[in-house]
Parts: sequence; C-alpha cells; structure tokens
Amino acid sequence: MIGIVPSLSRTSASLLALVVLLVALWLGAAIGETSIPMGVVAKTVANRLWDAGYGLDALDEGIIWNYRVSRAIVAACCGSALALSGVVLQSLLRNPLADPYILGISAGASTGAVGVAVLGIGAGLMTLPAGAFVGAILAFGLVSLLAMRAGRGHGAIILAGVAGSQLFNALTSLIVTKAANAEQARAIMFWLLGNLSGVRWPDVWLAVPVAVVGLIVCLWHARALDAFTFGSESAASLGIPVRRVYVVLIGTTAMMTAAMVSIVGSIGFVGLVIPHVSRMIVGVRHGLLLPASALIGAVFMIAADIVSRVVIPGQVLPIGVVTALVGAPAFAVILSQSRTVR
Amino acid sequence: MKLSACNVSWSTGGVSILRDVSLDVVAGEFLGIVGPNGSGKTSLMSLLAGLRRPRSGRVLLDGQSVDKLGRKEIARRIALVEQQAETSERISARQAVELGRTPHLGPFTPWSARDDDIVDEAIRNVGMAQLTARMWHTLSGGERQRLHIARALAQEPQILLLDEPTNHLDIGHQIGLLHLVRQQKLTAVAALHDLNHAAMFCDRVALMSGGRIAALGRPYEVLTEERIRTVFGLDVDVEHEGEGRCHIRYRAPGAPTAVRPMLKRIS
Repeated sequence: MIGIVPSLSRTSASLLALVVLLVALWLGAAIGETSIPMGVVAKTVANRLWDAGYGLDALDEGIIWNYRVSRAIVAACCGSALALSGVVLQSLLRNPLADPYILGISAGASTGAVGVAVLGIGAGLMTLPAGAFVGAILAFGLVSLLAMRAGRGHGAIILAGVAGSQLFNALTSLIVTKAANAEQARAIMFWLLGNLSGVRWPDVWLAVPVAVVGLIVCLWHARALDAFTFGSESAASLGIPVRRVYVVLIGTTAMMTAAMVSIVGSIGFVGLVIPHVSRMIVGVRHGLLLPASALIGAVFMIAADIVSRVVIPGQVLPIGVVTALVGAPAFAVILSQSRTVR
Repeated sequence: MKLSACNVSWSTGGVSILRDVSLDVVAGEFLGIVGPNGSGKTSLMSLLAGLRRPRSGRVLLDGQSVDKLGRKEIARRIALVEQQAETSERISARQAVELGRTPHLGPFTPWSARDDDIVDEAIRNVGMAQLTARMWHTLSGGERQRLHIARALAQEPQILLLDEPTNHLDIGHQIGLLHLVRQQKLTAVAALHDLNHAAMFCDRVALMSGGRIAALGRPYEVLTEERIRTVFGLDVDVEHEGEGRCHIRYRAPGAPTAVRPMLKRIS
C-alpha cells in the first residue's frame, strides 16, 4: 500500500474520521469575530439537541446555534461534496486537472440558479437548487460535446471547460445586468464569489442529505472507479457497465455541485486540490480515497471559512477567495507535475 | 466454453468495418487473427469481448447471445488484454493485477484471502513476483504487458482475448509473451501482426481482409504465398516445417525472384 497512513482497521479509521470531523465543526463554531469558549459551544449543542438545560448567555447561544453551527455543517458538506466531485471527475475523465469548477459545471449551476432567482424561469416549479442542477447538467453536456468535437486529446476537455466556464459566467453577468435591480445584483455578485455568511438551518437540510447521498453513491462505485485506471474500454472488459456508471456518477457530481453552488456560490479549487492531497496520503484506491477526500475536503472548507472570518478584522472575505489563494498555487504544481509524468 | 461469431457485421461512421464474419473458437485452442491494418482485427476482438454490439449477426457465448449477458457475467468468462492500456495514476504493479478481481466483487464485498491468492498466483504465472511493489510508471513495456496478462488471468476467465499484445515490444519480449499465453490452460484468441508469430504459436489462424475472413485453418493451410500476395500485396516464400508448421520469409518489394535476393547483374 502506498501512502503514509498507518494501517488502521476499518472501524477505528471511521471513528477517527468522525472525531476529526466533530473537532473541526466544534472549532468552526467557536472561532469567529467574537471567539466563544469551546465549552459554551458544547453546552449550546447539548441544550439544543438534548434539552440539557445549561444556563447560557442567550446571545452567545443564539450566535452559535443559529449562525455558526449551521454554517460549519454546511461548510463541511460543501467541502466533501466538491472534493468527491473532483475525485469522480478526475477518475472518469482520466484527467488530473478535472474538477467541477474548471469544467464549467459550477458556472453552469450559477447560471441556472441566477436564472431561477432573477428571471423567474420555471417559477413555482423550479427551486433554486433545481435550477442550478439543470444549469450544471447543461454546462457539462455542452463542455463534453465541445471536447468530443475538439478531439480526444488530453487537454481538450480542459479547454472546453474553460470555454464553457467563460460562456456561463458571461450568461450569468448578462442576466444579472439586464434583469436584476442594484440590490439583487450586489447580493448575487457577492454570492458568486463563494460565501457562507447567508447560511442558516434550512440550508443544512439540503446540504447534509446531498453530501451523504453523494458519498454513498460514490462509495458504491468505488471499485468501478478503480476499474477506470486503464481507461473506459478496460473498465468495460472488467465487467463495468460503463455508460450506466457515467450517467449515475456524472449525475451525482452535478447534483452535489448544484446543491452546493445554490447555497454558497461557486467555490473553486477545492474539487481540484483535495483529491490530489488525499491521493498523496492514502493512495489511489477509491475505497479509501473517496472517504479520505470527503473528510479532508470537509475539514479544509471549515478551516477556509474560519480564515475568511478572522483574516481581516471586521470584514468577511468571500471563502472562494481563500480557497483560490491556496488552490491556485497548488493547481500550478499539479499542472507542472502532470507534464513530467506524461 | 464456446465462443462464436455468427454472421456479424459492424460499421462505424457509415464505414463498414466487418462484413458477415463467422468464426467458432474451439475450446482450448490458440486462435490467431492476422490481416493488414484496417482489416477489422481490433473490431472483431471487441465484438468477441462483448464491448461492442454487432450491427447484424450475433456473438454467442455457450450458445447465449452476449448482448443478453451482463457485463460482469461476460467479464468472469472472457478477459481482454488491449493493445497498450496506460495510466498516469500512481498505481503499483500488484494493484494493477488486483483490478482483475473486479468482476468477482460486489460494491461492498470485502477483499478476501482467496482474492490475494489468485492475484499472487497470476503474478507468479507471468514471472513478475519480484516486481509487485514497483510503481507502474517505472516498469518497461514488456513488464507492463505481462502485468496486463496477469490482470486478465486474475479474472479467472475461460477465454483470453489479446489485441495485438506484442505491439511496441522488442522481439525477445514478443516471443516470451506469446509463449506465456501459449502455456496457459485457456482458450486464447489473439490479433497478431507478425505472420511468423501466428505460424509459430497458433493452432489455427484466421486471415482477415477488408472486413471478411479470407481463410481460416491451420497456419500452413492459411498462410500460403498466394494468399499473402493478394491480402498484403507482398511477395513471400513459405517454408514448411514439421508438425504442420511453416515459416514465412519476406521479400523486399521489387526483389526479383526466389529464395534469396540476387546480386544485381552488370549488363
């Protein structure tokens, strides 16, 4: 086994992962503009979940429960979902640079969400996340079509993704400029950069099921993803129903990306960088790589959210800015490495 | 275990690639498929592997149409080694072979000691036991191709399909690889480029030309001077050896006559 993780049994590894995640969530709830002691966070959660009846400052309790806890949970789900999407896309497309942001899926989801929010497309029938899902699927469809047209070269899908991102970002801007009022426009532009400040409990009820279902679907296909190591033809000869796996997994990726974009906007580089970091730690086997990416993505996003809140006192930096500041250099490293490998 | 193609045709992009091909693979034999580039060898291999559906006709596995069988079910009986399957993943030699267990494992079936044994056996079989821990990208072409065969063996198939398995290998590795395949107690079908390799290792040879089977039979029956001239446009001398084997000696185009090229006469 490659990787630097000591061999742990499956149960103890899962327990460890759960502990790490809970600690990250705990810190995410405690650290902020006003830091709140960890004990208070624990008591708040106990009060709310089990009616523990600790006497706490109502304001602190309100901040923690209504803002911080929900926000940390959504950040974790978002990080997991994007990292999982990255793993799946990199494996299926056999391209180390694939991720929902670079392939234009996030841009398509943004356009879809803005289309529903501003233009009222499918009003009443379509919710924001549904609009984002349609946009994400459309974008991926367009990008794959373009890539197929451009030839099977390694860079084709990435170039097509760049074109797709530009197109859908332009469409979003067009919709916003044309139809939104000044107030809406400002809010949308802020949201587009990736922003967790608007997150409340209802968002948790979308983010958690999507991330959990996404993780289960991906884990279900872990062996299938392994079988793609030598390409789709080889996967087929190993007994993988290639077309069905593509449809299910690309659909799952689009669903996860769309849900997260509709809640927090499009956040770049998480889906690209986290899978590579995870591969360095646990190796290339998807049975381990998928849960590891989900965990690392979750922790990274909570950390990025904390940084975005504390780095400039009194100001909240869009989280997309934080992830890009970490991700862009990492992207450059991966790009130069993938050249030497080939 | 019997694999057969019944009147299969296949076309892509409006171009007809295979026309009305019928072929029975006899259990236990090593069948070679030879023919010029574009004669349909690779397409026939992927139809036999059930990776593509014929436009017309059927591919039968034990009398059952492969269309009706699930991908997994086919993969437990037929393994395919492609021309040159590559990866940029940082995967070890052993991990590459372990992929062969895929059709025998469900989504959450744990990896068992038996799987380990089968993988070990497959690796030993191809003589790669010393290199299991090596990373894929550090291995030579010949070593990679041996691992692909080990991966195919780990599928525990009854039929092994090989699509030009010796491409890009040096002559030592080419012969070594075909010998390795020959030694397996399996039915094998291989698309081959070198007619002499087909003549040396195969029990039967199918000669393809323009999407049809031009001849099928023992190597010396199929590989005649006459046929090779019509199909490949090449002048050759075929020497017959014992046990129905033959050897093909190629002549450079334009070289005048018989056995060896003659010196130019001064006139």
